[in-house]
Amino acid sequence: MAQDQTRSHGLLIIGASQSGVALAGSLRALGYQDPITLLGEEDHRPYQRPALSKEFLQDKVDKEKLIFRAHQYWDDHRIELVKGERVERIEKNPDGSGVARSTTGAEFPFDRLALTVGARARRLELDGADLGGVLYLRNADDALELKAQLPSAEHLVVIGGGFIGLEAAASAHAMGKAVTVLEVGPRLIGRAVGEETSQFFLDAHRAAGIEVRLGVQLSRIVGEDGRVTGVELGDGTVVPADIVLVGIGVVPNTELAEELGLECGNGIRVDEYALASDGHTVAIGDCANMPNPIPGAPADERLRLESVNNAVEHAKVAAYSLTGRREEYRSIPWFWSNQGPYKLQIAGLSVGHDRTVVRRDGTDGKLCVLYYRDGRLIAADCVNSGVDFLDVKAALTKGLTVPADDAADPARRLKELAVSGAPEPLPATPRS
Amino acid sequence: MPTVTFTDAQGGQRTVEAAAGDSVMETAVRNGVPGIVAECGGSLSCATCHVFVAEDDLETLPPMEEMEDEMLYGTSEDRRDNSRLSCQLKLAEGADLHVTTPETQV
Repeated sequence: MAQDQTRSHGLLIIGASQSGVALAGSLRALGYQDPITLLGEEDHRPYQRPALSKEFLQDKVDKEKLIFRAHQYWDDHRIELVKGERVERIEKNPDGSGVARSTTGAEFPFDRLALTVGARARRLELDGADLGGVLYLRNADDALELKAQLPSAEHLVVIGGGFIGLEAAASAHAMGKAVTVLEVGPRLIGRAVGEETSQFFLDAHRAAGIEVRLGVQLSRIVGEDGRVTGVELGDGTVVPADIVLVGIGVVPNTELAEELGLECGNGIRVDEYALASDGHTVAIGDCANMPNPIPGAPADERLRLESVNNAVEHAKVAAYSLTGRREEYRSIPWFWSNQGPYKLQIAGLSVGHDRTVVRRDGTDGKLCVLYYRDGRLIAADCVNSGVDFLDVKAALTKGLTVPADDAADPARRLKELAVSGAPEPLPATPRS
Repeated sequence: MPTVTFTDAQGGQRTVEAAAGDSVMETAVRNGVPGIVAECGGSLSCATCHVFVAEDDLETLPPMEEMEDEMLYGTSEDRRDNSRLSCQLKLAEGADLHVTTPETQV
């Protein structure tokens, strides 16, 4: 591509992901005038991922419904959208400018760089994992492949009882498939929810007819003629499978950042302003390892969040940094996972809790578990209890807590029970 | 072609042409209309696509289901009689809807 050396190259955003799209939009909303190029490696226009394991898999929505923005939007906002270009090398100058080169030989010069490169599905390291019919579910092509193979399959085995695995399991079960979920750990969704919530989903999925096995040992994937036929467990039994869907978490895409010499460690390390270790490059969303954004969290606590909410909120922080403002990332993370008829919503992070209060016990299909640390509300797992979820999210955002004894009474609105909690939280990131 | 006129909390107006079958939320988000956040993409999980519907248009809308009704009790700006979650408002061919977005969604 011919380059006018006097012209500003503006910002190059690598990754046409939820966070990449959000960053471009936030910058224009803040009045950023420089050119923005949004570069994606997939051959699809930027799309929403959450439905891939649910409505899209079940053919309830088509691909067009997942597209983030109309063509006109990109033109109106002067955002150059580039599809199908995978960056393999970046040369960067000390002032933060540079050029990115793609595998097709195209060059993308920039004055400033943003990495919204996301994460990839963690691969199963097991004999037979390369057999046909062993699938993953991270992007649209993965979902299209799974959709293409599902009609001729009777038995689906899901390896991994986390969000993606259980959402896909519930979807496939609703489509009439025999589904078995194999989880190596002692409970479902163990990384994200508490024990009561794990138990709720175990009971709910089993009651629906999904076979769930916990604490299994995986020996190998077995197959015939290059195609999977089952999963052999540690006790020698073979669970029959026409498709094995692996959902065992993700690995952040840090390779480009590492080559740039940026500090990495479970993601690209950024500060509270979304700036990487060079002080110029921003990295946000699934790929970023950042200080815990929850107001009042210990200063040295770092984490990586995989959620739409984080992509959107982190993008605002990065947009401020790129326009010369400094706004710390302060936000209450939230997550959702729809599994069949069950809508799980999580507000806050329950890590480190020292007390739980079961507000709704799940007997009527509604669950609400509140988590406390040092007497203060820090998080809630809610199933089909949307108001409880929104009340907790609002209370945490305002720095409020709900006394544990009051919260246990499901007849009383949490919103009405919320009181100010110590210590005083820092102000949240502005949301303009 | 359906149209939706969005009025923001300050009174600014924008009319957007929509596709029949799309929701009001999708129409707003695809075209970059501010004032509608819609983090969950329309799965009734976030209650950040809250709108106030013009009185004259209310009766043209599909009835509210239980989940939408419940989520509206948790919106950032308190619900009113004409509150709806715009992800649940599918636009029919020829619809001409007028909605106002609240001061805040989060």
